Amino acid sequence: MPFIPHTPQELREMLAVVGVRSLDDLFADIPPDMRPKHFNLPKGQSEAAVCAMFEKLAAKNRPGMTSFLGAGFYAHHIPKAVDALAGRSEFYTAYTPYQSECSQGTLQAVFEFQTAVSRLLEMDCANASVYDGGTALFEGAMMAVRATRRRALVVDEAVNPVWRAMLATYCAGLQLTIKTIPQKNGMSRSEALSAAVNEDCAAVIVQNPNFFGVVADYAGVFAAARENGAFGIISVYPVMQAVLKTPGEMGADVAVAEGQSLGQPLSFGGPWLGLMSCRKEHTRQLPGRIVGRTTDDDSNTGYVLTLQAREQHIRRAKATSNICSNQALCALRALIHLSLLGPDGLVRQAEHGMALARFAAGRLTALRGVELLNDAPFGNEVAMRLPKDAEGLVAGLMDRGCVPGYPVGRHYPGMENVLLLACTEANSRNQIELLAEELGDML
Amino acid sequence: MKTIFAKSVPGRGACQVDSADAPAAAHMLPAGLLRIHPPLLPRCSELDVVRHFTGLSQRNYSVDANFYPLGSCTMKYSPKFTEYVASLPGFARLHPLLARLERGEACAQGALQCLYEAERWLCEITGMEAFTLQPMAGANGEFTGVSFMAAYHRAKGRKRAKILIPDSAHGTNPASAALAGFEIISIESRDGMIDPDVLSAVIAEHGDDVAGLMMTCPNTLGLMELHLPRIVAELHGADALLYYDGANMNAIMGKMRVGDAGFDVVHLNLHKTFATPHGGGGPGSGPVGVTARLAPFLPAPRVAVRENGSFYLDDNLPQSIGAMTPFYGNFGVVLKALAYMLRLGGDGLARVAEYAVLNANYLKKRLEDVLDVPFDKLCAHEFVASAPEGLRALDIAKALLERGFHAPTVYFPLIVRECLMAEPTETESRETLDAYVEALREIVAQGKADPRALAEAPRNLPVRRLDETAAARRMVLTEDMG
Repeated sequence: MPFIPHTPQELREMLAVVGVRSLDDLFADIPPDMRPKHFNLPKGQSEAAVCAMFEKLAAKNRPGMTSFLGAGFYAHHIPKAVDALAGRSEFYTAYTPYQSECSQGTLQAVFEFQTAVSRLLEMDCANASVYDGGTALFEGAMMAVRATRRRALVVDEAVNPVWRAMLATYCAGLQLTIKTIPQKNGMSRSEALSAAVNEDCAAVIVQNPNFFGVVADYAGVFAAARENGAFGIISVYPVMQAVLKTPGEMGADVAVAEGQSLGQPLSFGGPWLGLMSCRKEHTRQLPGRIVGRTTDDDSNTGYVLTLQAREQHIRRAKATSNICSNQALCALRALIHLSLLGPDGLVRQAEHGMALARFAAGRLTALRGVELLNDAPFGNEVAMRLPKDAEGLVAGLMDRGCVPGYPVGRHYPGMENVLLLACTEANSRNQIELLAEELGDML
Repeated sequence: MKTIFAKSVPGRGACQVDSADAPAAAHMLPAGLLRIHPPLLPRCSELDVVRHFTGLSQRNYSVDANFYPLGSCTMKYSPKFTEYVASLPGFARLHPLLARLERGEACAQGALQCLYEAERWLCEITGMEAFTLQPMAGANGEFTGVSFMAAYHRAKGRKRAKILIPDSAHGTNPASAALAGFEIISIESRDGMIDPDVLSAVIAEHGDDVAGLMMTCPNTLGLMELHLPRIVAELHGADALLYYDGANMNAIMGKMRVGDAGFDVVHLNLHKTFATPHGGGGPGSGPVGVTARLAPFLPAPRVAVRENGSFYLDDNLPQSIGAMTPFYGNFGVVLKALAYMLRLGGDGLARVAEYAVLNANYLKKRLEDVLDVPFDKLCAHEFVASAPEGLRALDIAKALLERGFHAPTVYFPLIVRECLMAEPTETESRETLDAYVEALREIVAQGKADPRALAEAPRNLPVRRLDETAAARRMVLTEDMG
C-alpha cells in the first residue's frame, strides 16, 4: 500500500481499539443514499511506471525552441543552488508557521523576503507574497478602495492585458467601475491618466515597463493621484527594477509585481508569486500574511506572524482579504535567488536583456517594412510593427524552430501587425542574427 | 541567527551572471528613468548563502522530520517522485503563452493532456460534471466557487445577495463570499451540527435573497453532518446552491462523492488531499468542480479534446466568469497531484480515507483518558479535544513542540473550550501515534503537578515563547524598520 505503513496485524489491533469490525464500518455515518454511485478509476501504478508516463508527456512539449516570448513572463537562468536550498524538505514539507518557536526558519526567511522586496522597490514594507502578479494588482486596488471608500479605478490600457482581465473578473461582484485610459502606439498617456483622477477615484494603476516594454516615469501621475486623495499603484518587472527609477521614488502608494522572474521556473503558468509592497501608512491595509520581528522570554530576537487582526481567520467577512496562505516556497526561492545574484547580478541581468533588445531592434528594423512601434525608451522588451500580420509570421517562424515574440493584436485591435519581442540572458546575439535571417526570408 | 542582509560584505558576490557584453543602463536610458542607488540586496558568496539557508531550514519543523497532526490542514507525507515529475524540463521550462500562439498548441500537447486528465480524475472523485484547475489556493477556489453561484443567479435574471455560512466554518468562507460581493448570514450550530430547523427558519425569512450555503462536511469538529439530505432539500427547494468546502476531502474519498450527495460546487485543496507539499504556507492549488448547470460559468480558457485526440484551449465560453489566473492555474502543483493520483489509483485513494479515519479514531480512543474528548462517537479524519480542567491548550501545544512533535491546531474551532484539534493522516504509523499519546500523557501529568513548568515550554527550540503583542505594536516588518 503506497505510503500507508499499517501491517495487517496492526490494522486488526487498531480496529479493535476503535471498536469496529472493518474499515468500512468507520463510515457508518454516511447514509447509504449518499454513497458514491460509482468510483471508476484505474488501478494504481508503480513509481517507475508513473515516472515513465510523465517523461513521455513532457517530451510531447517543445520548450526548447529559440524563444523571444515574454509579455510579462520571462525565461531567466535559475542558479542551481536555488533548487538545492529551497528543495530542503524542512522548508518544503512545513506548513504555515502557526507555531512560531518551531518555524523560525520559514518566518525569518519571510522577514528577509519582505526586506528584499521593500529594498528592491524602495517601499517601506511588503507582505509575505500573494498568489501572482494579477492577484497582487487586484489586492492593491482593494487596499485603495478600502482606504479611500471610493469605487472607481483608473487603469492604463498598457497594463498587461492578462492582469486587466483578472482585475475585471475579481471586481465583477463589487460594484466598482474600471475606467481604462487608452494607450497610444504602445505608449501610456500620462496626461490623460492624471486628468482621469477625480474625487471618485480610488486609485490609478500603471505598469513599468508597460506591456509594450516602454519605460516611463509616473511621478507626475502619482502626484495627481495624491492631490485628489487617490492611490498611485504600479506594477513592475522586478529584474528591470534593478536599474529603473523605483516605485518609492516615483511616490507610489502600492507597488506590486509578478515575482516569476526571481527564481521560479516558467512551469506553464505557475506556481509563481505576487509581490506586494506599500508605504508605511497603509501597512494595516496590506492583505495576507506578514511576519514581524520581536523578542522571546529571554530577550532573544525571533519572528512571528503579525497584524493577524486583519486576517480572515479572525475578522471573517470583514477581513482585508480572503487570502489565507502565501506562496511561501516561491517567496523563499525568490529570496535565495536575489541573495545569490546580489545587486550586481540583478543589474547585469537587466542590462544584458536591454542590450540584446536594442541589438534585436537594430537588426530587425534593418529589414524592409519593419519599424519600431514608437520612439519611447524601452527595457528588455520592444514592440515592432511588421509589414504583415504578426500571428501568421509567428506561426511561420515557429515551424522553423523559433518563437519571435508575442503578437499583440489579439488584445489590441488595430495592432495586428505588432510583434512584442523580449530578451533575457537566456538569449544571445547569435540567436538574434538567425531570427533576422529567417524573418527576412519570410517578408 | 543574523539575517542574510547582516551577513552581506561590501565587494563580495556570488558571480551568478556572466559579465554582460552590454553597456551600463545609463547609456541605454535617459537619466530621469534610472534608479539612483543600486538595490541594497545581500553581497554574499555562494557558500555564505548555502550556509545561511541550510541554517534556517534547521530551525523548522516539517512533515519529513516531525509528526505534524495539524487539524484542518492535512499534513501528510508528500512523496518524493512527484518533485521529479514537476521538474522535468518539458514542463518546467514551458512558457504558458506558447500554447496561446497559432500552432502553439502543438508545442504543449503533453501539458494540455495533463491538465485534461487531472480534471477527469477530480470529476470522478467528486461526482462533478466539470472542473477548473485555475484557482491558485483553497481560498482562491472558494472565491471562484461563489462567483459561479453569483453568475448562476445572474443568468436567471435575479440578484441574490446573501450566503449562509455555519459558525463552525473556516474563516476563509465568509471572507471569500464577502470578497465576491455577498452579504453573510451566520448559522449557529447545535451539538456541533447544522440545525435544519434553524436553516428552515433562515430560508423562510430570506428565501428569495439566498444565493446558497457553504459547508464543510465532515465539519470542523471532525463529525459527519447528520442532516445532510434535509439540508440539500431545503437549499434546492429555494433554488439556492450548495457549496462544499473540500478541505476535508481526505476523510471521504471513495466513500462519498459530493456531486452524488447533492452539492453543486466543490473546491479541493491539492496540497492537502493529494499530497503536494505546502512549502511553509504555499503554493497550494484549489481546483473547483461543478454540476452541469454551473459548467457554463467556468473560467476561460478550458482544455478540451478534439475527435482526433489532440488537445486545445477553448475560449468560446460566452457565460464564463472570466480569468481567475494568468493562465491555467498552478500547473506545477497540478502535475504533482496527478502523479499522486496515478500512483494510488482508485483503490488507493479510497484507502487514504479509510486509514486517515482509522488513525484519527485510534488516536481519539487512546486519548480519551488523557484529554477531554467531547463527542463520544466515531470521528472522521480529525477530532477535537479540550485541555483538561486547569490546563491551557497553548501550554500543551508548546510542551509538545519541546518533545519534537508539531502541535495540533489550537483554539479552533472557536466553539470548543481550550480546543486541540488533531489530524494524524493515513501516512503515520501506529508507533508514532502511540508515542504522541505517551507524550501527551506525560505533559498532562506534569501540568497537573506543576502548571508553571508547563508554561515555560518550549525550552529547547531556537527561541522561547515570542512576544506577539510587541510584534504588532512595534511593527518591525523589514530589516530597515528596526
